[in-house]
Amino acid sequence: MRTVAVVGASLAGLSAARSLRKRGYEGRLVVIGDEPHRPYDRPPLSKEFLAGTLGEADLALERDDEDLQAEWVLGPRATALDPTERAIRLADGRTVRADGVVLATGAAARTLPGTDGLAGVHTLRTLDDARALRDELARGGRLVVIGGGFIGAEVASTANALGLDVTVVEAAPTPLAGPLGADMGAVVSALHADHGVRLVCGVGVKGLSGERRVDAVLLEDGRTIPADIVVVGVGATPCVDWLHGSGLALDNGVTCGADGRTTLAGVVAVGDCANWYDPRTGTHRRIEHWTGALERPDAAVATLLAHGACEPGVPRPPYFWSDQYGVKIQFVGHAAGADTVTVEEGSLAERSFLAVYRRAGTPVAALGMNQPRLFTRWRKQLAATS
Amino acid sequence: MIPACRLADLPRGEAHRLDIDPPVSVFHTDDGELYAIDDTCTHQDASLADGWLEGCEVECPLHASKFDLRTGAVDAPPAKLPVRTHEVLVEDGMIFVRLSTEAPNLPPCVAARLAGGPA
Repeated sequence: MRTVAVVGASLAGLSAARSLRKRGYEGRLVVIGDEPHRPYDRPPLSKEFLAGTLGEADLALERDDEDLQAEWVLGPRATALDPTERAIRLADGRTVRADGVVLATGAAARTLPGTDGLAGVHTLRTLDDARALRDELARGGRLVVIGGGFIGAEVASTANALGLDVTVVEAAPTPLAGPLGADMGAVVSALHADHGVRLVCGVGVKGLSGERRVDAVLLEDGRTIPADIVVVGVGATPCVDWLHGSGLALDNGVTCGADGRTTLAGVVAVGDCANWYDPRTGTHRRIEHWTGALERPDAAVATLLAHGACEPGVPRPPYFWSDQYGVKIQFVGHAAGADTVTVEEGSLAERSFLAVYRRAGTPVAALGMNQPRLFTRWRKQLAATS
Repeated sequence: MIPACRLADLPRGEAHRLDIDPPVSVFHTDDGELYAIDDTCTHQDASLADGWLEGCEVECPLHASKFDLRTGAVDAPPAKLPVRTHEVLVEDGMIFVRLSTEAPNLPPCVAARLAGGPA
């Protein structure tokens, strides 16, 4: 293999590039990213960076002494993948031909239809998004967060600490019910009320009002919530539109195996854009966890370098964390299949506990609040047994 | 040299934290080796003794940074700076640590606290 192109220059792309070099690939390595920035860490964008306690230099994922001997093509978006010559066409007219391709284009924040151009309305995915939101939050005022998921909750927490008046609006009856189940979703989202942040659940958003700048959020039930700043945190969609016509199987991302192998030889997919087959659940899953973008590219690179001739291992159970209101929230495994959740240690009321999810008596997931030591033990155990 | 704990009290796969400032932890690997490194992750304030010990690597319990126990080097982000390593000696069944004289790489929040500033 003489040229490998990694399309996507965030954590998954960087992890793939590192794995290529670590596994002895010495050929040409081209990393293509549609943001002008070198790889940076996104989790702090809703927390320390937004709060102003961490600067841009702190976000860099590369070490000062690191040199992957890569060509960085940063700025132009990839617009097409030609499967016959494995050529990636870029928005600036350039074409990169490669023997191996790693797809790591990630996901983009969903927006509210009809809100383009309305000042004061933000999504949070990129460094540029975070800069803009940080500057607005610094001016204070009333913030309405649409979406009670993790990004929304973290933004609410950060803004609350900055002294803003914050309301979170969630369409579902309970926030976080998808990832955590309804019971624990209610426990975690109770952190908002603990800190004086209003949580409005079970009602959809009809629209936003305001001429040039947003002034209120209009709810489906007729209520109006005044707002100086609105953050839309309603999930993300995989960036795979550019792959239509490439011959790749696309369904909620790039359909692939646990080792990233796609329906095209010499093309693997990793990170948020990959809808990969999880042997633990027997289904395809697109998981947007930071740790997945860190860990799975190595298996994909191994597959790419071996021309598909290697057996995929079983990946670790998915793990994510969230920091809200000074509480460390950690989750591992799959909540969906659980039939019971029990608190094994600590207390819900004190926001310090370890809860285990079981299916037919077998642990399938664990949730910790401010219990990193115990949580890590469960994480290790779930990796060994589930 | 600082006494840590008795070797018999530190099973393989476990870590023992010395509550000095900054804290240091001794790891007993599954292969029976002993290593001492700074306990605080260089990325954010977390105790590596609470982390995931696998082979000669420990993974931070919060954000999954990995450190090589032998060298202190970063094996996985988000951490970028190594932890210090310290010499470990065992005498008469007791584990001792000889502290490194290098400056530690503490995360920004901890460094600020030690300097007397706001955390």
